[in-house]
Amino acid sequence: MEWEFRTDLPIYSQLVGKIKLDIVSGALPPGTRLASVRDMAMEAGVNPNTMQRALQELEREGLVYSQRTAGRFVTEDIRVIEENKRILARDQLDGFLKAMKELGYDREEIIALLKEEK
Amino acid sequence: MAILECKALSKRFGGIQALDNVDLTVEPGRVVGLLGPNGSGKTTMIKLANGLLTPSSGEILVDGKKPGKDTKAIVSYLPDKEYLPEWMTAKQMMDFFEDFYSDFRREKAMEMLARLGVSADMRIKQMSKGTREKVQLILVMSREARLYLLDEPIGGVDPATRDYILETIIRNYNPEAAVIISTHLIADVEQVLDDVIFINNGRVTLQSSVDDIRGEQGRSVDQYFREVFKC
Repeated sequence: MEWEFRTDLPIYSQLVGKIKLDIVSGALPPGTRLASVRDMAMEAGVNPNTMQRALQELEREGLVYSQRTAGRFVTEDIRVIEENKRILARDQLDGFLKAMKELGYDREEIIALLKEEK
Repeated sequence: MAILECKALSKRFGGIQALDNVDLTVEPGRVVGLLGPNGSGKTTMIKLANGLLTPSSGEILVDGKKPGKDTKAIVSYLPDKEYLPEWMTAKQMMDFFEDFYSDFRREKAMEMLARLGVSADMRIKQMSKGTREKVQLILVMSREARLYLLDEPIGGVDPATRDYILETIIRNYNPEAAVIISTHLIADVEQVLDDVIFINNGRVTLQSSVDDIRGEQGRSVDQYFREVFKC
């Protein structure tokens, strides 16, 4: 039930990463109302202050917004979501390219391999 | 204002220095791990905070006051051993807490006991070890205290009971109150803590936030603790 956390990173930044992934992948669609901080903290099995800090970070990045009385929502600004998705894709790609270069592949060979892949 | 403050706090038992010149503060709204190996002074610290022990020198203040009648009204304490008599039923335990503590919320305790499947007429004698631990925690967390002192709440319980205990602590989180959890099982509690206090041989060696340690060390508090306290 609880989320799994890596040991080498702060917990709040891993919460930011997980919720961000849920937003860009559409698991949390634009405009979705988020559960209360306490409920989200219980679901993740973390301290409410840590969850609060993660949500504030997501707010700062424009991925969620809060309305004084109604609670917190996923942004309806599709551009912000797409932009974040691209950044995450870029990170994946950088990691992949780095690993392939270590294996000795150059750009052309990587593209050829990708085309072979179904 | 800090809910718990220690100033040059020391405690000796005969020739043994159990706490040595401890300075620390705990603010409301924080869930704090008091972490150290066996015999490091964790229980002594908790007993000083709830007035079961008195300092040899230095000072300990709860909500700005020396431990006594006033502070006992706002401190909810879970001892590290069972202390309720076996013949008591769940109802009698709630009566007992209601008599002693005006901040005890009976409805809250009843709701949590019901969710656990413990009926009012069930006796402690009839409960498993895990259920006894849960029931004691429910009673302690059903008080609207300002400071919760939980001494080894997850020592010797199975993983499902441990999860239940940690979930109960989060469920009852109150920004006006602080929770201090003493334990040496750090990996199990790390993600519910805001801050940690490392204590060793009666001395506080570190007070920091969990995510600061993780950010600076690039590893978990548990891994860091194992290195600091390597035998």
